[in-house]
Amino acid sequence: MKDEEFEPPYLFPDYRATRLRAPQHPPVKLPDEWFHHAPGPVFGRVPVGPHDADLTAGHPGEPLGERIIVSGRVTDSDGRAVANTLIEVWQANAAGRYLDPIDDHPAPLDPNFTGAGRCITDSQGRYRFVTIKPGAYPWRNHANAWRPAHVHFSLFGPSLASRLVTQMYFPGDPLIPHDPILNSISDPRGRELLVSRFDFETTLPEWALGYRWDIVLRGRNATPVER
Amino acid sequence: MTPTPSQTVGPFFGFALPFAGDAVATPDAIRVEGQVRDGAAEPVGDALLEVWIGEQFARCRTDVEGAFHFVVAKPEEGFLNVTLFARGLLRHLHTRMYFPDARDDLLLSVDPGRRQTLIARREGEILRFDVRLQGEGETVFFA
Repeated sequence: MKDEEFEPPYLFPDYRATRLRAPQHPPVKLPDEWFHHAPGPVFGRVPVGPHDADLTAGHPGEPLGERIIVSGRVTDSDGRAVANTLIEVWQANAAGRYLDPIDDHPAPLDPNFTGAGRCITDSQGRYRFVTIKPGAYPWRNHANAWRPAHVHFSLFGPSLASRLVTQMYFPGDPLIPHDPILNSISDPRGRELLVSRFDFETTLPEWALGYRWDIVLRGRNATPVER
Repeated sequence: MTPTPSQTVGPFFGFALPFAGDAVATPDAIRVEGQVRDGAAEPVGDALLEVWIGEQFARCRTDVEGAFHFVVAKPEEGFLNVTLFARGLLRHLHTRMYFPDARDDLLLSVDPGRRQTLIARREGEILRFDVRLQGEGETVFFA
């Protein structure tokens, strides 16, 4: 079974930083059985605290911004739940500023928000983060360039092929059509997979809006297609 | 089911992904040092590398000089898996670092003209393993 894939290319000149960083040689193909069956990194050394899935906690006060709950299920492309795998997230605050010292966007930091979280999926592959909705922010890729609001996700999964770092976007964001990073994925069906959906079911009354985003990691029967 | 596509790690992960002791997979083992450079031979100061094999795992963010280091024990397999993330990489890159005297079928199957990019070299007490993303001496990446 060959899964259709919508991976972005390495070289996408509209995203300027790819020009000097994309390898020129095509990758050397590893034997499938090795790529898909070799175990992935043992991430047990990465510390996950009991409150790490709540990005609004751990500070003296409440962060500013719109409180949200981002939840979903992690499966592999063969449809199996990916249980007990590490998810790491990071994001800008409501004003569009990262805590990272190299972010020099002149928007305020929030003393009550760090913007980094971790959790482990449960036996059904489910995850849930409480956070605030990140703001859009400018970047210097081209004139008047702005990133749509997004949350960065890093996932391990069971194998070398399942490792994934990606970004989750929000439905209806007017910046989405203008973003070269998301639009590096040429097929709209691929871009759609990175946009969460608003979800009343996980919205908590008087408390927080729910967004659902399911994630599919490459499974053992998947054969990556180079285009 | 269609795998969720990749997106770049971006530049702003430094406050989130590193953790205390992250570069040390095995204490008091072999120190590996290297530098990541781009197609203009400039240092890549915002990359994240992960190395792992068996029960060993380590992570290191490059500094402004593009430099990274790891402390790892030499595994039976003779190589480490290396995963590299950076701003400007829409998908991560996967390669291997072979220890100086290690050889296997995969390494020998790689074009001899590029094979050296996969092999660490001894420099006194440490091993050196540089990564070139693009251009002259471009590292061999696997898929």
